Amino acid sequence: MTLRSPLGRARGLGSAKSGVGHHWAVIVTAVGLVPLSLWFVTSLIGLVGADYAVVRGWLGQPLNTALFLLTVLMVVHHAQLGLQVVIEDYVHGEGAKMASLIAVRLGAALLAVAMTVSILKVAFGV
Amino acid sequence: MVEFALPANSRVQPGKVFKAGAGAKRIKLFKIYRYDPDSDANPRLDTYEIDLDACGPMVLDALLKVKNEIDSTLTFRRSCREGICGSCAMNIDGTNTLACLKPIADIKGDAKIYPLPHMPVVKDLVADLTVPYAQLASIKPWMQTQTAPPPDGERLQSPEEREKLDGLWECILCFCCQTSCPSYWWNGDRYLGPAVLLQAARWIHDSRDEFTGERLDALEDPFKLYRCHTIMNCTTVCPKGLNPAQAIGSIKRKLIERTA
Repeated sequence: MTLRSPLGRARGLGSAKSGVGHHWAVIVTAVGLVPLSLWFVTSLIGLVGADYAVVRGWLGQPLNTALFLLTVLMVVHHAQLGLQVVIEDYVHGEGAKMASLIAVRLGAALLAVAMTVSILKVAFGV
Repeated sequence: MVEFALPANSRVQPGKVFKAGAGAKRIKLFKIYRYDPDSDANPRLDTYEIDLDACGPMVLDALLKVKNEIDSTLTFRRSCREGICGSCAMNIDGTNTLACLKPIADIKGDAKIYPLPHMPVVKDLVADLTVPYAQLASIKPWMQTQTAPPPDGERLQSPEEREKLDGLWECILCFCCQTSCPSYWWNGDRYLGPAVLLQAARWIHDSRDEFTGERLDALEDPFKLYRCHTIMNCTTVCPKGLNPAQAIGSIKRKLIERTA
């Protein structure tokens, strides 16, 4: 129960003065992923039936390595931004919310590093 | 977590049935949400048989007929009966709208009438709008200036500047949009909601206002503004045909504009 006035509750803790960065990042990654996804899917279709050596040769080309890295990193970033919004929307317990937000960020970072290492390993053939 | 079901004491039970008098030919059933705060009973859905030959064309006419002729305990808000006061906002046939502007003929089958969704209910069809009103006050919906007005007249605006307020000034604050927004249902304590953000946009786009930056500062918040996920229920239900989602989008664009 609270006896705080409705206006006091509506003002709450005031403005966080942030959010535009998140919004802009969602837009930029979404726009960027349109051509990257098309390139990725077209490339994969082109590689149907190819053996490991051919795929490695394809991935070893600098432009393909760069675009593939860019694609997965932007997917992870976009997914992390989206999951953050879902958690903020639906998880209302402060403890659970903080734990989920931290888990999503660390999970996304782990995924990004793991995928980068894997792609580079295959591309450089080490 | 978000609650997807009503608490046990809010679940709606079947209610009483009020039969139309003998001789009624065109009968339509009105199933109306009833809640009495003075009793411990759950809310119920009462059924009123209305003879359409003895009733006006709008849902508000049917409600008034119930109140005047059948069951005077039915409680609802109404005033202007012509869509300008916003008092009779309620959920009719699954959509938030104004009872005075909703023709009975547009409702197929039984007419189900509930209060505005996801708000505390004061009684029957009267929702408690204390929080949205406070949220409206929090965005300072009045002109803020430092420059004194001209001593010999009004603050002037060019026709182009005035045009930017079209689609914003017409809002009657019925809160149909506000209470149709799932994001507002889940986070109504922190998200300002479409009606309040449309009002904020109305002042942000007013060329005479001198506190645009402060207004944007106050809105730049993951919850106050960015809980809008462009679901568009607000635009779908607005009984005045306004587009709160577009107004919110215009605020988001202004925020990007000042950083980029």
